[in-house]
Amino acid sequence: MGRRILLTGLDTFWGGRVAAALERDPEVEMLLGMGTGAPSVLLERTEYVRADSSYSLLARIVQATQVDTIVHTFLVVDSSSMSGRALHEINVIGTMNLLAAAGAANSSVRQVVVKSSSVVYGTHPSDPAWFTEETPRSRPPRSRLERSLTEVESYVRDFADENPEVTVTLLRFANVLGKEITTPISRNLARGLMPCIAGFDPMIQFVAEEDVVRCLETVVLQSIGGTHNVSGDGKIPVSEMARIAGVWRLPISPVFTRQAAAPLIRLGWLDLPSELENLLRYGRGIDTTRLKAAGFEFSTSSAGAVERHAEVMRLGRAIGGQIAPYRYDAEVEAFFKHSPAVVRPSEG
Amino acid sequence: MLHFPGLEPPPSDPLADSARRSDVDEWGRSERWRRAARRLGSFYYHTWFRVEWEGLANIPTSGGALLVANHAGALPSDAPMIMQGIEEELGRPVYGLADNFFRTIPAIGTGWSRTGGVPAHPDNALRILRDHEQLALVFPEGTKGPSKLAAERYRLRRFGRGGFVETAMRAGVPVVPIAVIGAEESMPILFRLPTAAKLLKLPYLPVTANHLLLGPLLGSVVYLPAKFRFRVLEPVRFDVPAGLAKYPRGRIMDESEAIRLQLQDAIYEMLSQRRSVWFG
Repeated sequence: MGRRILLTGLDTFWGGRVAAALERDPEVEMLLGMGTGAPSVLLERTEYVRADSSYSLLARIVQATQVDTIVHTFLVVDSSSMSGRALHEINVIGTMNLLAAAGAANSSVRQVVVKSSSVVYGTHPSDPAWFTEETPRSRPPRSRLERSLTEVESYVRDFADENPEVTVTLLRFANVLGKEITTPISRNLARGLMPCIAGFDPMIQFVAEEDVVRCLETVVLQSIGGTHNVSGDGKIPVSEMARIAGVWRLPISPVFTRQAAAPLIRLGWLDLPSELENLLRYGRGIDTTRLKAAGFEFSTSSAGAVERHAEVMRLGRAIGGQIAPYRYDAEVEAFFKHSPAVVRPSEG
Repeated sequence: MLHFPGLEPPPSDPLADSARRSDVDEWGRSERWRRAARRLGSFYYHTWFRVEWEGLANIPTSGGALLVANHAGALPSDAPMIMQGIEEELGRPVYGLADNFFRTIPAIGTGWSRTGGVPAHPDNALRILRDHEQLALVFPEGTKGPSKLAAERYRLRRFGRGGFVETAMRAGVPVVPIAVIGAEESMPILFRLPTAAKLLKLPYLPVTANHLLLGPLLGSVVYLPAKFRFRVLEPVRFDVPAGLAKYPRGRIMDESEAIRLQLQDAIYEMLSQRRSVWFG
């Protein structure tokens, strides 16, 4: 019997991309995507169900569909995209409901994959150059985002302790760059600038979006459990990153940084959530030895991810904007998935 | 390398096989910056402080080793001189482990990192010593060393909690003590301003003899031309298995204290032979 997979955040960038990758695999028997909105990528055989952001419906869905794997991509790792309350609702309450559904009595779930972020390590001057999966944070979390992700991870760890028969995979991703994903960094780059804290040129890491999707796909299909750091090899200084991307560096005062940046953020000329501000001061490195030992190969390094992004930016400027995004239409999808008129070679 | 059936192979990218694009390595060190710093350091090393070494043969020419030294001078001049000296005499780079306070200062923190400094963290030290098999330099006194008054000069402070011994044990490398003479007199502290330091969030704010002679600005950056002498003591090896998660606390403290006493004795001996602060 093939894998029956439930994926959260189908409407988000990651959910859509991972669903598109997983549904190509013949081993995947059924793929069900949940999302608060319509999916943003064209999907062939993924079923879609609309849910509220805290996933209160999830227990019933898991019960009804007898899925063996839950892929939780719907964790917000960008605090500038929504209010603190919404963030808490999605990250903490959403994960709680998800784990409760997965851990219910005679649950069919055998693997849970959670997509977290290297933000959980925080950023502090007394950090080591490289965080391994076991290195604790130097200081307790202070920002809302860090607090919520730390809470999520502690729930995931509790779940793993209570359900030893379930393979629990926790992936902590470095900053992602790629042609489709929008992050605070990519929004700044699109404006032709990279903010930096004057006098600081820390080493930071990136991972290419292709590698993120492939990594999620790999840990699901290979049932790789445990906590893993995910980032391209090496680190690059912010100055060099700006140079590769061909953008101006925008130095912001090292003291009263928030106050100095606030007007620019308000005008929409700058994206500088607090986790990015900290990163631009002290940088961060995560050690990916464990993931590589598990057999995963990255297609490119940190610097390579920036180079690829620079190529995408140049192409975007040359052709003037993006190709029109895919629009989900429930009736069209229902026709292709369920109409007897459509010839489906995989069946029978 | 495993291959995953059913997954696309990673797209081949000819530029991607090396993780580096410039001369800044994963620790933030830049060869260009280091060359520039060595040129400046060379002047201080040969002309200003006229550094002389004893027992340089005690520093291993290959493999990791943890160098420990006494720390002095309001703005410590001993770290860059030891790093400069070993690089000039032995051709080996030294990773200077500095207090994390450095990282919080704009420009200084980046400059320190580009010229070979690494934030002092047990994980960083372990990586340098065990994985890269390089020389790391630490000052176990921490900021207690350079913040002491001129009246307390050459009296070693407590060696922290002996973390350097534990790191060396775990990495399976020897500890090489280096006694430093001269750094105390290059920027002697007359008194400290604790309230102002707290307001400025500095570990300490000294008023030095240099300030009195040269004024507040020049006095903060110009050293007095004391004669420097470094004596490298016999490497200390610990007959414990490397890579353990824990080592007996008592053993660590004993080893740390033994090294401290050895350094203190060497310093006193060197001082008793010194005729002049300025000419050695």
